[in-house]
Amino acid sequence: MNDIQTSYILLPLLLPLLTAIFNLASGKMENVRDSFSVIGSIGTFLAVAKMLPHVLSGGTYSLNLFNIYEGINVILRVDGMSMIFALVSSFLWILASFYCVGYMRGLNEHAQTRFYVCYSATIFGAMGVAFSGSLISLYLFYELVSIFTYPLVMHHQDAEAYDGSRKYISYLMLTSKVMLLPALAIIYVLTGTLDFAGNMTTGIFSPDVNQTIIAVVYFLSFFGYAKAGIMPLHNWLPSAMVAPTPVSALLHAVAVVKVGVFSVCRVMLFVFGIDLLSRTGLGITSAYIASFTILMGSVIALTKTNLKARLAYSTISQLSYIILGVAMLTPSAVTGGLIHIPNHAFSKITLFFAAGAIFVAHNKKEIPDLDGIGYKMPFTMAAFGLASLSMIGVPPVAGFVSKWYLALGAMEMSSVGLLVVLLASSLLNAGYFLPIFIRAFFPKDGVKKRVKMAEASPFMVVPLFLTAVMSVVFGFYPDIWLKLIEVVK
Amino acid sequence: MSEFFALNDSFSYPILSYLVFLPLAGAVVSLFLRGDKVLKSFAFLVMVAEALLSIPLYTSFDGATAKFQFAEFIPWINAFDINYTLGVDGISLLLVMLTTFVMPLCVLCSWKYIDKRINEFVFALLVMETAMIGVFLSLDLILFYVFWEAMLIPMYLLIAVWGGDNKAYASLKFFLYTLAGSVMLLVAIIALYFSTGTFFVPTLMEHGYTFAFQFWVFLAFALAFAIKVPMFPFHTWLPAAHVEAPTPGSVILASVLLKMGTYGFLRFCLPITPTATLYLAPILLWISIISILYGGFVALGQKDIKKLVAYSSVGHMGFVTLGIFLINMQGVEGAILQMVNHGITTGALFICIGIIYERSHSRLIADNSAIGAFMPVYVAFLGLFSLSSLGFPGTNSFVGELLVLIGAFEKNKLIGAFAIPGALLAATYMLRLLQKIIWDKDDGHGHHGDGVHEHHFFDLNLREFGTLAFLAVFVVWIGLAPKPFIAKMSASVSKVIEQTNATEASALLPAPGWSGFMKAMGAGGDHHGEESGHGDAGHSTEAEVEAGGHDAPQTHGGESGHGESSGH
Repeated sequence: MNDIQTSYILLPLLLPLLTAIFNLASGKMENVRDSFSVIGSIGTFLAVAKMLPHVLSGGTYSLNLFNIYEGINVILRVDGMSMIFALVSSFLWILASFYCVGYMRGLNEHAQTRFYVCYSATIFGAMGVAFSGSLISLYLFYELVSIFTYPLVMHHQDAEAYDGSRKYISYLMLTSKVMLLPALAIIYVLTGTLDFAGNMTTGIFSPDVNQTIIAVVYFLSFFGYAKAGIMPLHNWLPSAMVAPTPVSALLHAVAVVKVGVFSVCRVMLFVFGIDLLSRTGLGITSAYIASFTILMGSVIALTKTNLKARLAYSTISQLSYIILGVAMLTPSAVTGGLIHIPNHAFSKITLFFAAGAIFVAHNKKEIPDLDGIGYKMPFTMAAFGLASLSMIGVPPVAGFVSKWYLALGAMEMSSVGLLVVLLASSLLNAGYFLPIFIRAFFPKDGVKKRVKMAEASPFMVVPLFLTAVMSVVFGFYPDIWLKLIEVVK
Repeated sequence: MSEFFALNDSFSYPILSYLVFLPLAGAVVSLFLRGDKVLKSFAFLVMVAEALLSIPLYTSFDGATAKFQFAEFIPWINAFDINYTLGVDGISLLLVMLTTFVMPLCVLCSWKYIDKRINEFVFALLVMETAMIGVFLSLDLILFYVFWEAMLIPMYLLIAVWGGDNKAYASLKFFLYTLAGSVMLLVAIIALYFSTGTFFVPTLMEHGYTFAFQFWVFLAFALAFAIKVPMFPFHTWLPAAHVEAPTPGSVILASVLLKMGTYGFLRFCLPITPTATLYLAPILLWISIISILYGGFVALGQKDIKKLVAYSSVGHMGFVTLGIFLINMQGVEGAILQMVNHGITTGALFICIGIIYERSHSRLIADNSAIGAFMPVYVAFLGLFSLSSLGFPGTNSFVGELLVLIGAFEKNKLIGAFAIPGALLAATYMLRLLQKIIWDKDDGHGHHGDGVHEHHFFDLNLREFGTLAFLAVFVVWIGLAPKPFIAKMSASVSKVIEQTNATEASALLPAPGWSGFMKAMGAGGDHHGEESGHGDAGHSTEAEVEAGGHDAPQTHGGESGHGESSGH
């Protein structure tokens, strides 16, 4: 493997942090502050993209930042998996930066500087997670994400926001302290290192290690990264929806939740390894836990009438596709799981962007109030429709590619059960997404003759339309992601 | 005795003596100075000079050897073989550095806070510094005891003269608890002297003792140190003292004084009484766990910020004692690192509390809430130190805590599992405190604030900023790159563990169960009579303990008789 030791990794990692610092320094000047976000996000994306050719050719970048103790190193490492996550989050951050301007100014929100600083800093954490080369770096950046999103969830500072944020931080701290911390300690005691393995098959444990302890450590890690939203530790996500919609969109549909899923996948593949997981049966157990979350998440989503709440449960359900794919451990399934990281990201951010645009333009949050909204906001709702199709997994929108590979994976395992889960989940997705779309364009009381179009500001509509279009593009051309996944293997 | 000392001729002057006596000289000079600002500036300069003096000590310290370095030896009272012996090793080095670096900050944080009896205040602080450094550097038990007792009076005065409303109660409680501990310490020291005829610590470590003798000496030591740490259930003096002490008093107490106990465990209990340590370590581990959980739960219920941090100290020091009695590399290294970390972080938190107390004249959370909008810089520092206190990755305490936990899981999974809730509790009370101080859930008047609030809570001035920024640097530095710090202590730590786990020590361990214990405590002469082959002193000790063990639990009663027979 062609590994390059370089401090270049620090550039895409630190750019978001620098952006946060500039946001803070220019807090008094709105336009300058918001421009820094846009410039910072574009710069970060370009800095990430520059690493793409080398990674696509099968190489990696790495940098050993600090040595904490024998075997405990803060390592940064960029491989195909890192690139998927880093590219997606940095690219969507650009669109979100524009969207934030429209949303925050449109609603005349308070404490905007704090908002932008924490927003950029959260991306810093997410990039760190993407580039982590050891469990200790992963834990460090994972926790940074928790702490920086806490003020964002609390943004409105009313009773609801305080309750939501308390629940949010309680879930995340509880799991990280009670599960991840002992997992780190036990893994170190067992192996003498906290660095990731170089490939996804062998893992870092010696073959003769005690199976019971392995199972305990595995489930501590599996559930400990609670940002992945695996049931029963999913409840923080609906609470986090009290945050302003740009936070829900980029952070609680892409950056933060993917930090959780990414961490779980990283640990499954690069700490435990496919060999160990398939030998001990932990992989298939995880697949069934993920299946349960997929179905339950969708069922609960059906019952929600608040748009953001329905999207939140849909996110919980969709995140577990990623876990399911990796947990099935077969080549196609892992591909299906990992490719769902970008696919879900582009589609779900569209849905949240749309929800936010509806709220800003028409102050509506509940689904029953959306009758005929498609005529007032045709672009927004068209984008919403495309993204919904992706969620359901209709070809040729991106979500279909994920489901295709996941289904292939299930067949490779000849597991009818998991195949049924995938199909049932698609039906459920259709069950809660299509009614919104139908209601928007075919209201019960008939279409009024002349409805005046009232879209939100272009700062919001253009980004959400772009992400919807890209969902379709990646449905036709998933090659870039497939290649990145290929080099991980 | 030179075999205990490593030859290190980096200095042409006796650096350890300079370190010990520079503050005392400063204290004497301060008596001739007048004027509040002059006195405080003078004290600050002396302490900065001390800190600068200690930097070459750190840089030229050789982390590869476990021997005592820069040792000094001057005969003092020949009749009792009491000598002025100083030396530094990997265990004391970081604590000396912590002391010299924290003390100037104590002057800075008292700049406005202390406004009466400045002369006495400065004198007390400087004497305190000499005593604290002396404790860490002494290699002679009597010298150690002199410094140990010398700390007591200035600390008592700091609370009793410059303290809060309830200072009389708090200072007396502090005095009595600590004095009780000191008495036990003295008992142990005398017992050791009569058993070996020397006060020289390295010799005492090499010497072998019977299990019964070790048992009682360990208990006497442990009681003295457990009060100082403080471990549950001897902790009740701490919250009282912290709440009433002025900011510099709290900082000294939290940063340095609490470390005396854990330092004592490492320096004396483990190497001098290894068998007793091994035998009693499980009990101390569980007491540590109780301290961690108890401190955490009680901190959770506090309305007074200072009390909250004081109880959090009980929990954090529980992690330190936990690490020490794990007696493995990660545990002890984590414990020492955690001592330093706690000194930095809790010291910083007390400075933070002092800063808002100067503005609001209240220590209650409710009176200091929702100040984030007015003091953003302050809140950023408070946030950093709170995160450090709860062991957030990337900060100093995380590394210490992780090492202790690794040590715990290595030793016994159950111990590790019970320590985990302590980490969670710390996160809970610190985040709750932080949330209330920055935003406050219950402020009915909204988050944009009213004029009154804004008027009181002005942001940090340069002095306050400098103090906190200095500590913040170390929080992040140790948090990300602790290896150089750990490297300085590794050799000494592995030697302590070796001494404790030595085969001679484990061989003396009594058989499990009560009867085994009674047998080891009783005659036991035939069981291990010849095992500590240390010449005449060793043998006569055996005989004496035999006698003492039969008569009464007070071993030192038996020992005093021995002293007459074998006096040098």
